Amino acid sequence: MDFRLNEEQQMLQDTVARLVRGEYSFEKRLEFSESDLGFSEHFWKQLGELGLTAVPFPEELGGFGGTGVEVQSVMTELGRGLCIEPYLQSVVLGGGLISQAGNDQQKEQWLGGIASGETRAAVGLQEPQSFYDLNNVETRAEKSGDGYVLNGRKSVVIGGHCADVLVVSARIGGDTQDADGISLFLVRADAEGLERRTYPTIDGAKGCDLFLNNVTVGADALLGAEGKAAEVIEYQAGRAIAALCGEAVGVMEVACDLTLEYLKQRKQFGVPIGRFQVLQHRMVDMMSELEQARSMAILAASVADEPQSDERRRILAAAKNVIGRSGQFISEQGIQSHGGIGMTWEYNFAHYAKRLIMINHQLGDDDFHLERYATLLQAS
Amino acid sequence: MNMNYTAEELAFRDEVRAFLDKKLPADIAAKVKGFRRLSKEDHQRWQKILSEQGWYATHWPEEYGGVKWTPVQKHIWDEESCRYGVPRSIPFGVNMVAPVIIKFGNEEQKQRYLPRILSGEDWWCQGYSEPGAGSDLASLKTRAVREGDHYIVNGQKTWTTLGQHANMIFCLVRTNTEVKAQEGISFLLIDMNTPGITVRPIITLDGEHEVNEVFFEDVKVPVENLVGEEDKGWTYAKYLLTYERTGLAGIGLSKAALQHLKELASRRLKNGKPLIEDTAFSQRIAKVEIDLMAAAISNLRIIASVEGGGVPGAESSMLKVRGTEIRQSINDLARRAIGPYAIPFVEEELDLDYDGDYLSDENAAPLAAQYFNNRKLSIFGGSNEIQKNIVSKMILGL
Ligand SMILES: Cc1cc2nc3c(=O)[nH]c(=O)nc-3n(C[C@H](O)[C@H](O)[C@H](O)COP(=O)(O)OP(=O)(O)OC[C@H]3O[C@@H](n4cnc5c(N)ncnc54)[C@H](O)[C@@H]3O)c2cc1C
Ligand SMILES: Cc1cc2nc3c(=O)[nH]c(=O)nc-3n(C[C@H](O)[C@H](O)[C@H](O)COP(=O)(O)OP(=O)(O)OC[C@H]3O[C@@H](n4cnc5c(N)ncnc54)[C@H](O)[C@@H]3O)c2cc1C
Repeated sequence: MDFRLNEEQQMLQDTVARLVRGEYSFEKRLEFSESDLGFSEHFWKQLGELGLTAVPFPEELGGFGGTGVEVQSVMTELGRGLCIEPYLQSVVLGGGLISQAGNDQQKEQWLGGIASGETRAAVGLQEPQSFYDLNNVETRAEKSGDGYVLNGRKSVVIGGHCADVLVVSARIGGDTQDADGISLFLVRADAEGLERRTYPTIDGAKGCDLFLNNVTVGADALLGAEGKAAEVIEYQAGRAIAALCGEAVGVMEVACDLTLEYLKQRKQFGVPIGRFQVLQHRMVDMMSELEQARSMAILAASVADEPQSDERRRILAAAKNVIGRSGQFISEQGIQSHGGIGMTWEYNFAHYAKRLIMINHQLGDDDFHLERYATLLQAS
Repeated sequence: MNMNYTAEELAFRDEVRAFLDKKLPADIAAKVKGFRRLSKEDHQRWQKILSEQGWYATHWPEEYGGVKWTPVQKHIWDEESCRYGVPRSIPFGVNMVAPVIIKFGNEEQKQRYLPRILSGEDWWCQGYSEPGAGSDLASLKTRAVREGDHYIVNGQKTWTTLGQHANMIFCLVRTNTEVKAQEGISFLLIDMNTPGITVRPIITLDGEHEVNEVFFEDVKVPVENLVGEEDKGWTYAKYLLTYERTGLAGIGLSKAALQHLKELASRRLKNGKPLIEDTAFSQRIAKVEIDLMAAAISNLRIIASVEGGGVPGAESSMLKVRGTEIRQSINDLARRAIGPYAIPFVEEELDLDYDGDYLSDENAAPLAAQYFNNRKLSIFGGSNEIQKNIVSKMILGL
């Protein structure tokens, strides 16, 4: 057994690390965040030029044919830099859904652009009532001629504000919570009847809610078999969870480093506050949470691109549960160990702390995945 | 043992309710209940109403315009006002500097400052903490040197809550560097409009401007602004801190926040049913409600024990730790209750006058921000670690 990255994987991670270090100072990130686009166009282009947006795609698309481990290496470094580019949404999720469910023509049309970074995708899988359950879909797709008419609302589509194409789920049959009857559609950003309500996110990125009012799409917009998208969505959400775990580990690493450094440097009562045992033990607990998270992230990466199974489901639910809890612990205890300074906008730690909490609100929080794990436990 | 209110206490509660029914402005209550931003004007408008009723200064003796409430009456007021959505009174004037002036100030200071606090003419802020002096407050460095009938003040205060609204600041300053740290500190009242004072905002992680840095450069402060004796400021400061701590458990605020959480969880859906009917989530709420029930009784026990007067001792430190943890848990659950909608930060919805469509629940916008903001509860007013140090030293003899 060897838990280390191989040479190629290490080179990949180093490439991303160098790029992030060069482009992403804390001050610049704030600027990117406040811009209209909500991230750095320039950085995004470089991700494309260096082949990083192509990592999970096959070689003929300029990619590495990378799997969970490679994607996670990229995400960890993006996490360390607290990068706000929509890599997860466009490359991992958007690209993943099209790769898995798309027909040759759809793949040809979209994947090249997504892999090169020239096209940005985002995914609308959640709805106001769905509360993390991706099978909970009310948006309707009705057949009309040889195409479809879409009506409904998709919520918290990170990166949706600047996406060229949106992959949305809509129900063609069945009841709100049925797995059966869900389809995926490719909707162009300029489609008539598509409205976006854009907003900043509390952790510095941008997203939108999508309002679909009689959006008419052709038959070629249907991604995968009609009414059978639930499995695809579940599988790709699993890949995204593994990727998000990688990001979380990167964020936690920096959060722990910053806290440890501060404990050594900040003096009160004539000594570094790291001399107080309560803070020493807390720092040990934070590192131990980080290690738990790292282990689960590695495990998640190892199954991310394996065929679906209850074992894969269990591991991904477990990983997201651990990441959620560790992230919250490190965020809260890190702030507390810093004292007032840990809550200020001008200090980067606070932004890492916020990101960790918000990762828990993406793709299901620790409660959601605990319940999911428990259900799978009963089934096994 | 008798855990019921007396007939007089019940009558008092009715009186409080009648007053709040009639006098609490609906727009202000709506802001408080929806965790919206309150303006300086909102605070001042409400303070005026309270002052007219004679209920603003509940810690003061009657001769200075205070009202003599028993600890139980104060508790009733706290409970009812939180339930109704009364804005938290800004404590720095009425509950912090005033008790110090009343106990240690001279007659002139009482005549000058107390009426101005009652009328709302002065807005005070607290200048204790410095960049190098947080938990170790006594290590503060802001220097005051006497020159004739003035002190010349140089240095920096930080974390000054709502200093941007204040026209007065009470400061701990170093007047003697020759003695033990605690013995060279004085308590000065400083007009914020004095030349040489600069206030700079500190933005917190939720984007809020609530705290500030205050810089002093050769600021001339008349010696008559010294409270009590020179170099005795530490005693006064500690006296004030015990006042500060008693209010920090925030039991009433937790009760209001819990009510808000339950209403929210009744509106939000999970698996097609109200979230509050979800077993796991309802048990999370139940657990914090039970903790709060226990803490509320602990609070009453402390209140009852000081019924004869005085301020509670180190027990209030334990309650501060508990109380703040409970409030933070409620904020955590409220953020969880809105699921993915914790992520968008729709700042315009923080404004009560907002008349557009709400992105999700009409009370969702402030929830994640409030969760982050309230991480402060376990940091300020003496961090929870410091409170535990106090308990282990003062009560346990460790
Ligand atoms: C079931 C069992 C089997 C054992 N088997 C063996 C054996 O085979 N061989 C052998 O040699 N010994 C053995 N031990 C003894 C064991 O190593 C000691 O119990 C252990 O080292 C703790 O010492 P103590 O019990 O004297 O507790 P103490 O050292 O007195 O500690 C009491 C408490 O104070 C805490 N404490 C002490 N110092 C600090 C500090 N600096 N900072 C913070 N907290 C501190 C401890 O964590 C503990 O909570 C065994 C003990 C048990 C219970
Ligand atoms: C939102 C906010 C509003 C505030 N408003 C005001 C105000 O209006 N006026 C004012 O004067 N101050 C105010 N403060 C300051 C507040 O009182 C200090 O933040 C607090 O005293 C902690 O100091 P610090 O932030 O410097 O942290 P530090 O003292 O540096 O503490 C850092 C960490 O070390 C721990 N620590 C320190 N000493 C010990 C010890 N001996 N044992 C164990 N652990 C220890 C702390 O608990 C904390 O976890 C405010 C703070 C905040 C965050």
